[in-house]
Amino acid sequence: MSAAQAPAPQQALHEALLRIGDSTLILGHRVSEWCGHSPVLEEDIALANVALDLIGQTQLWLGLAGEVEGAGRSADALAYRRDAAQFRNLLIAERPNGDFGMTLMRQYLFDAYHMLLLQRLTASSDPRVAAIAAKAAKEVAYHLERSADLVVRLGDGTEESRRRMQTALDELWSYTGEFFIADAIDEAMADAAIMPHPASLKDAWLAEVSATLSEATLKVPASTYAHKGGRRGVHSEHLGHLLANMQFLQRAYPTAVW
Amino acid sequence: MYAQMVQTDATHVRKLDEMSPEERAFQERIDRGEKIEPKEWMPDAYRKTLIRQIGQHAHSEIVGQLPEGNWITRAPTLERKAILLAKVQDEAGHGLYLYCAAETLGVSRDELTELLHSGKMKYSSIFNYPTLTWADIGAVGWLVDGAAIMNQVPLQRTSYGPYARAMIRICKEESFHQRQGYDIMMKMAQGTPEQKAMAQDALNRFWGPALMMFGPSDKESVHSAQSMAWKIKINSNDELRQKFVDQTVPQAKYLGLTVPDETLRWNEEKGGHDFAEPDWSEFFEVLAGNGPCNRERLSARVKAWEDGAWFREGLVAHSEKVAARRAAPRAAAE
Ligand SMILES: [Fe+2]
Ligand SMILES: [Fe+2]
Repeated sequence: MSAAQAPAPQQALHEALLRIGDSTLILGHRVSEWCGHSPVLEEDIALANVALDLIGQTQLWLGLAGEVEGAGRSADALAYRRDAAQFRNLLIAERPNGDFGMTLMRQYLFDAYHMLLLQRLTASSDPRVAAIAAKAAKEVAYHLERSADLVVRLGDGTEESRRRMQTALDELWSYTGEFFIADAIDEAMADAAIMPHPASLKDAWLAEVSATLSEATLKVPASTYAHKGGRRGVHSEHLGHLLANMQFLQRAYPTAVW
Repeated sequence: MYAQMVQTDATHVRKLDEMSPEERAFQERIDRGEKIEPKEWMPDAYRKTLIRQIGQHAHSEIVGQLPEGNWITRAPTLERKAILLAKVQDEAGHGLYLYCAAETLGVSRDELTELLHSGKMKYSSIFNYPTLTWADIGAVGWLVDGAAIMNQVPLQRTSYGPYARAMIRICKEESFHQRQGYDIMMKMAQGTPEQKAMAQDALNRFWGPALMMFGPSDKESVHSAQSMAWKIKINSNDELRQKFVDQTVPQAKYLGLTVPDETLRWNEEKGGHDFAEPDWSEFFEVLAGNGPCNRERLSARVKAWEDGAWFREGLVAHSEKVAARRAAPRAAAE
């Protein structure tokens, strides 16, 4: 659809829900790749917990997206039977894990945004959206507390840990601009008071992130360039590989029930 | 089991009249069913044996994350992915409880980790087998967690307090593990011909290794006899294996799957099944490091540890900085 033309309300809501649910799905998947391989047992447990929360939220968001769409697609059908171009996740979610510092920084930058988004969504004019957001916000508050704490401790840790965290920040910074870029779907959601306007989250996000990064003795990158496209289905090369892995069984045995 | 073939340093089981007064009092407490707590006196050999056993058990939980982790990213539905994540997370938690129990005996988690990584301590042979299809995730829950439960339920009554309490927490979670595995097998066995074939193939590959989890017959073993006297081993390996077979055979039948043992039959007289011994030469090869996944499993753990060194060091450095900052204004004020 063109940006000038307002989308049909149900269609816009469906798309907007995919943007949230696909982001939690893809990030949850990435986090789950760490299972059994993290630097310390407590982190294995904590990461599994974060992944578990994100997958649980995905079930709710994609479940609602399917319901709104009204075409009989379940959360699983949406997760396992769409190709990359139909995915609407933020690009930051599909960034490869890299080292543990990259994974943590990605989590922190996303958590800070996710928390603000969910807080606003709890006041959504759509009670279904508000209810999911209220449940998810409780979980994400814990994710943010944990990721912010680790960013501070590792930024202000050894020289090596600071270098790794700064490298991660420099690499991921250009994927945060996409949080705040709006298109016609976002405008429609904001007009209907179903979801906040993305740009309205920016100041609070920047304030939260700047405070934490400064406590972590890390330098906020000067670049304001933003990679974008994920939310309208234009992804990096990484997503195709992730989906090939994630969707393997459903694609290889399309009639099977699991 | 998760702790297979634990050495006790014993040449024979000591009798009460061979014991020092302390040791005798200790053995009598165990015989009365009392729990031994960390600060209390215990024979050196008891302590050492427990460290080996609990350490091996903890390592098994940790390495055990890997074969199942192999399918987390490919779990076929969101629900299955969430269940498997929760299950593997539990296993990491079990590792944590057990390392904590071992620490009460005076050995740190880092020391035990070092022993695992250098190959001086073992983990259960079962985790050196690959998970090749989704049905293997079902078979692992059903058979491997099933076998673990057989061993761990009696260990809730073990003589060492912290170990017994860890077992109680662990057992609560294990039955969920087994159920989710059986549930996967059920779906596979009732599914398409391909799914059913995967289920049968998984049972074929995991049956023998699951029987090996209990360890070779220990009827003649001095180590086992001493461990039983100390109540850190409750049943013999053969007893547990028999129980496991008797429980599992009807479950396989219910699934419509065939246990890969042509000699398997009900023996009315003994009130249990007769079954073939697993291939013990394979078991000893796996213990010697020649299982299909020994190298991958251990190197994955070593890599995780080494790659994470900067992370652990960073956290330590930060807490030292914080402590120094807290101390600094006080020192200045004095
Ligand atoms: Fe366990
Ligand atoms: Fe388990």
